[in-house]
Amino acid sequence: MTDILNAIVVFANFVLVPGASYGAQLALGALGITLVYGVLRFSNFAHGDTMAFGAMGTILATWWLQSMGVSLGPIPTALLALPAGIAFAAALLLLTDRYVYKFYRAQRSKPVIFVIVSVGVMFITNGLVRFIIGVDDQRFNDGARFIIRARDFKEMTGLKEGLAIKASAGITLLVAAIAVIALFWFLQKTRTGKAMRAYSDNEDLALLSGVNPDRVVMVCWLLVAVLATVAGTLYGLDKSFKPFTYFQLLLPMFAAAIVGGIGNPVGAILGGFVIAFSEVTITYAYKRVLGHLGMETDTLVQLLGTEYKFAVSFVILVVVLLIRPTGLLRGKTI
Amino acid sequence: MSASLRGPLYFAIMASLLAIVGFYQSWNLALAIVNLCLISSIMALGVNMQWGYAGLFNVGTMGFAAIGGVAAVLIAMPPVTEAVSAGGGGVILSLLCVIATAGAIYLIRKKMPPSARRSWLTAGVVLVGYYAVRSFFDPAVDRIEAIDPALTGYLGGLGLPIMVSWIVGGIMAAGVAWIIGKIALGLRSDYLAIATLGISEIIVFIAKNEDWMTRGVKNVTGLPRPVPFEVDLQADPAFVEWANWFGVSVIEFSSIVVKLAYAGLFLTVLLILLWLSERALNSPWGRMMRAIRDNENAAEAMGKDVTGRHLQIFILGSAVCGIAGAMLTTLDGQFTPSSYNPLRFTFLIWVMVIIGGSGNNWGSVLGAFVIWFVWIQAEPVGLWLMDVITSGLEEGNALREHLLESAAHMRMVMMGLILLLALRFSPRGLLPEKVRTS
Repeated sequence: MTDILNAIVVFANFVLVPGASYGAQLALGALGITLVYGVLRFSNFAHGDTMAFGAMGTILATWWLQSMGVSLGPIPTALLALPAGIAFAAALLLLTDRYVYKFYRAQRSKPVIFVIVSVGVMFITNGLVRFIIGVDDQRFNDGARFIIRARDFKEMTGLKEGLAIKASAGITLLVAAIAVIALFWFLQKTRTGKAMRAYSDNEDLALLSGVNPDRVVMVCWLLVAVLATVAGTLYGLDKSFKPFTYFQLLLPMFAAAIVGGIGNPVGAILGGFVIAFSEVTITYAYKRVLGHLGMETDTLVQLLGTEYKFAVSFVILVVVLLIRPTGLLRGKTI
Repeated sequence: MSASLRGPLYFAIMASLLAIVGFYQSWNLALAIVNLCLISSIMALGVNMQWGYAGLFNVGTMGFAAIGGVAAVLIAMPPVTEAVSAGGGGVILSLLCVIATAGAIYLIRKKMPPSARRSWLTAGVVLVGYYAVRSFFDPAVDRIEAIDPALTGYLGGLGLPIMVSWIVGGIMAAGVAWIIGKIALGLRSDYLAIATLGISEIIVFIAKNEDWMTRGVKNVTGLPRPVPFEVDLQADPAFVEWANWFGVSVIEFSSIVVKLAYAGLFLTVLLILLWLSERALNSPWGRMMRAIRDNENAAEAMGKDVTGRHLQIFILGSAVCGIAGAMLTTLDGQFTPSSYNPLRFTFLIWVMVIIGGSGNNWGSVLGAFVIWFVWIQAEPVGLWLMDVITSGLEEGNALREHLLESAAHMRMVMMGLILLLALRFSPRGLLPEKVRTS
């Protein structure tokens, strides 16, 4: 019995907990992509760098708060600085919308033109982030490191294996849950949220019903700013902040959005967890788990090297494109 | 200004800019810029085929260039005989297993009607194939990588002349493009972009991690060269005399001559490809491509096989990028997987095509020259600009230091601005596509 428990604990420690927090981060990122796709109808290649930009704003505000001597004790100061980061990202997104995307919207350009334009915006955002904060790793997590330490867990339960839960993992799940609940409440219950869904579903009908398109677009960018900043900050807290990694997150986030059904917020969340758990379970070495279950092996029992975790999201993306291009939940409306 | 004069005029301006660099900085630098401009031109030609002729948005140029680089290694490096005898057989066997598995899946999906049984059978074949591949592959790789890892630890190549790899790189890139095209073409245009972005990342990851093939991050250095080495030239008395006659130091002269030789080779390839592209663009085939690009539905209604043509042009364009990638690795003389960066190898090429004028081959060449020149020269200019802006601040001021340090990143912002401004105010580019009326 204890062997099975030990196996479960190892599995939870290395697969379930990291997978859940990574999944929540991906889900928040994919939600931003899916919102832009639903309302503005293009794949936003600048989203990864928007996340970096928002996280950068949060980091700068965190540093300022720290220099003022503000601290939340065990909770990272960065959470207090989130509104500042969101304001940063919102300013960037609204400015790019006003001076870049609006023109093409008025022209009713093809989606692919929007994608190319978003590549231009990506260049600028990426350059600004590198220019302002540099390309190096920035650690800004000043809160408690763990909710449960591996050693404490062993003492508590008397098991051979320990379960460590990083504080950042707990915070990620909590903050992501709050953000998602707030988003769904907004989309389902408020007048503006309903207008957004109507606009996404059928633009012409929504316009005939008196929906103000400029307002819908603006609110959409504001929501994207919130989601991107929260996702970027949580990812930075959990791992570390490095501008280039956010660009690399673009592929798993797109995969998550498409797997779940692009344009569908519930799908984006589902897709985020599907991608994250696939990445972690496929690249995890099961030697220790099997060892506890009485199956000793010489090999690591690892399906794929960890360096290929991006390949996993790509393969899932390709399989979904081949078998069910609309995604697990039918996409294209919010 | 008439449209026919525009092209020669812009190219003349570009040539004089390069000449200014030659006179005021150094001819060595000018030629180094020219060589990379030529390679970028070829990549831009490839992207232009896909975007300009057919309207396909491929953001995987980096991957295809990396495939060309791998081809250069596999063709030109001498074989590591020990490693081949230790693990070559295992690698080949595992490759055969991959092919057999793929063939079996293809047959199952072709012969059986869709059903739950078919899905289970497919999954079973994948599982069996996976274990078969791993059982041959893992021990072979361990044996290969164990052989003198500091110097080799990989299979090496075929030891053929490196220029063969330019063709092979093109063919390998075409093969990968065929697979991606089969999957992603015919879906929404954004999906091709996402799929190509993904595959290019994965290709670079493979090049970084499969040490038995490319030595991974240990890099493959000392690739054979199609042109003589500088030191050999310097040792040649006839060459020394020649340098003296020009009145240039032997070392500088030798490096200029080598760069000129490269430039000659690259220019030949560029001109051949340019000639072929122009012929294709002006043929009935080119007309059909433009018809498909401008109105897919109408072209389909006229009986054109839109997806088939898209696949064809996607493969051709990717092959051209693969050729350019092999040439780039040849020029560097080494294969460094970690140097592949999507901003530099994919999106910069896109800026070149759009600035130059999508749909116009000469425009892509011009765009490549202009953008590469700006990309290289932006750094000193940016530094100088920051120096001027911050000259009011004293030495050692934190803000001044930071601005000077980060000036290099401003060229990202500049490229983004150039792209956005061009798309907005001159979407047809410097040399617009000819408007054809009949």
